[in-house]
Amino acid sequence: MLRFVVRRLLQLIPTLLGLSVLLFIWLNRLPGGPASAILGEKATEAEVARINRALGLDQPVYVQYGRFIKRLIEGDLGTSTQTGQPVMDEFLLRFPATVELSLMAIVLAVAVGVPLGYFAAKRRGGWLDVAAVSSSLIGICIPVFFLAFMLRTVFSVNLGWFPSYGRLTTGINATEVTGLAVLDGLLTGEFDATWDALSHLILPAIALASIPVAVIVRMTRASVLEVLGEDYVRTAESKGLRKGVVRTRHVLRNALLPVITSVGLLTGSLLSGAVLTESVFTFGGIGSFIRTAIDGRDYPVLVGFIMFIAMAYVLINLLVDLAYSLIDPRVRVH
Amino acid sequence: MPLLSVDELSITFTGRGRRDVRAVDGVSFDVDQGQVVGLVGESGCGKSVTSLALMGLLPKKGVKLGGRAEYDGKDLLTLSSNAMRDMRGKHLAMIFQDPLSSLNPVIPVGLQVTEILERHRGMKGAAARKEAADLLDRVGIPDPTRRLKEYPHQLSGGMRQRALIAMAVACAPRMLIADEPTTALDVTIQAQILELLKELVDQQGTALLMITHDLGVVAGLCDQVNVLYAGKAVESAGRRELFAQPTHPYAHGLLGSIPRLDAPRGEPLRPIRGSINDRIDWADGCAFAPRCDHYTLECLSGTPQLTEPVGAGHGVRCVNPVLTGVEVKTLGVPAEQAVDAAAATAPAEPAEPKIPAQAGPEADGKAETDEGDAAPEAEPEAEKKKDAS
Repeated sequence: MLRFVVRRLLQLIPTLLGLSVLLFIWLNRLPGGPASAILGEKATEAEVARINRALGLDQPVYVQYGRFIKRLIEGDLGTSTQTGQPVMDEFLLRFPATVELSLMAIVLAVAVGVPLGYFAAKRRGGWLDVAAVSSSLIGICIPVFFLAFMLRTVFSVNLGWFPSYGRLTTGINATEVTGLAVLDGLLTGEFDATWDALSHLILPAIALASIPVAVIVRMTRASVLEVLGEDYVRTAESKGLRKGVVRTRHVLRNALLPVITSVGLLTGSLLSGAVLTESVFTFGGIGSFIRTAIDGRDYPVLVGFIMFIAMAYVLINLLVDLAYSLIDPRVRVH
Repeated sequence: MPLLSVDELSITFTGRGRRDVRAVDGVSFDVDQGQVVGLVGESGCGKSVTSLALMGLLPKKGVKLGGRAEYDGKDLLTLSSNAMRDMRGKHLAMIFQDPLSSLNPVIPVGLQVTEILERHRGMKGAAARKEAADLLDRVGIPDPTRRLKEYPHQLSGGMRQRALIAMAVACAPRMLIADEPTTALDVTIQAQILELLKELVDQQGTALLMITHDLGVVAGLCDQVNVLYAGKAVESAGRRELFAQPTHPYAHGLLGSIPRLDAPRGEPLRPIRGSINDRIDWADGCAFAPRCDHYTLECLSGTPQLTEPVGAGHGVRCVNPVLTGVEVKTLGVPAEQAVDAAAATAPAEPAEPKIPAQAGPEADGKAETDEGDAAPEAEPEAEKKKDAS
């Protein structure tokens, strides 16, 4: 088991190296650049050249890449061309908010999607099934930013049930442990901070969960339908086992295997895709920072972000594989 | 009074926008304690559906049940689903066809045995595990404590079927239903599994309803046989009577279609022509008529009734029953002996090499070697018996 984890972690190195090479080649071919973004359209060539020299962009690609790798080994992702701050610091400041929001959204999506999918399959063709399938279709169709905007307008602005922006109310602060406000509050016993963070989280999380929940409902439903037709479920029924035992031990345990894979992929996509939701709720995550970085051709930030996301995908997939091997003995890792 | 008495059981599948399909159409049979009753027929004749109906395992929606199935004075068809849940595994248990797909692949075999002990016998923890190990031991699984921790894919096919049998007999049910328990196994294992089932019936007086398409299994195990065709019993007789004189053209054809080891080289097989899909509605006549070599226009005038043309207790649903006994002649050995030989060898003695439970070839081969001389002499006897009946 440990060897498997170590091996998979070592695989991160070639993955990230390969990705960084591709990124460097790709960014180098892009028209425009940080200089024109900083100076605007009227910049003279001399000014552009000066900026490029300052940023090291006048060097050949392989030299730039060599410098990048050298800094990376020291844990330095470079300096943002826009804010002038180290990229790593900017990330550490903003990433926890995005991680917290994404985790909250995926937990919500699983908590709602799996039971809904199960009962939809169990009562196939019934009203719950029809409702679950059609609402999941709506969930996939409604653009996330629109849903976020509606939720904010109705529940925050009109009804005033939830705060309409930010992560925490000013003045409430949890001692930082993990950077995830809800978790920090629980860990340090500052429950008011947890509560406040939760109330800020809930609407953006619902908006962000809309697509994952739809995917999970459908995956679970299809998978449960398949498992319900399996011989071993009939065997379990023939033993006269209680409904709950048949459901959890025999149906769900088998049916959730494909769902776990998609939950992993969805989590990865949430990390990189929370941009719009974050900007509607001015949540202060990585999303809006990346959007301005794209506009401003902030190469170090973009490269760092993409590498971060790639790393997150690899780690999530590792977790998925470990979860798989816990549930299914046939793919158990050694 | 028999333990299970099935009376005019009918099962109809109804689907929205589709024609109703009557899978089982008025089947009746009794099973006594310690008795083995066979339901025989080819795929699609309704035998598996019958077993699922008795176990209450058919879906509620889209299935209409008719008739009665009295077990110990209770009608299984009308019991509530909770009452049925309490019965299943405790009073009535079932052994399924494909042991690999019938076991949950992601939980250990042990838990799949202990969960039924926990449910019906209130056993927990170490006591349940010990009992499970005893059960596996009883059905002939070596090193049971180790096997309990293993997963189905780590067991061999025969061991998986034994594990399923262990689960079925865990609560010492009075009634066991086996749905083709040997189909997915190779022939040596088949013989062992049949032997095991026979032991259980003999030792515990369990009633066994054996569902099979394998006449070898019937010859080796069953006391009473019901041959089903398209949802109706077409012939119902004791094992000896059936093998001695298969009277319905379908049963006759089934026995005749078994390949024989003593057949001359190059002799063609004698299949029943067509498939079970070539049939007419029972309401219009005999469903087997389109495939039957004996059919006349009379066969198409309404449902044939169950009569006893060759002896009491030997019911045949046919207007042109086969009374000539051609089958017996071509077997080359007296039918009585063929049955005996089949019965003796199908579940092979442990000391002997395991012999396939295919009655026909094996029985004939055996009879030939054991009683090679007796065969021709015995023929007139068979003739006489026919005349008598």
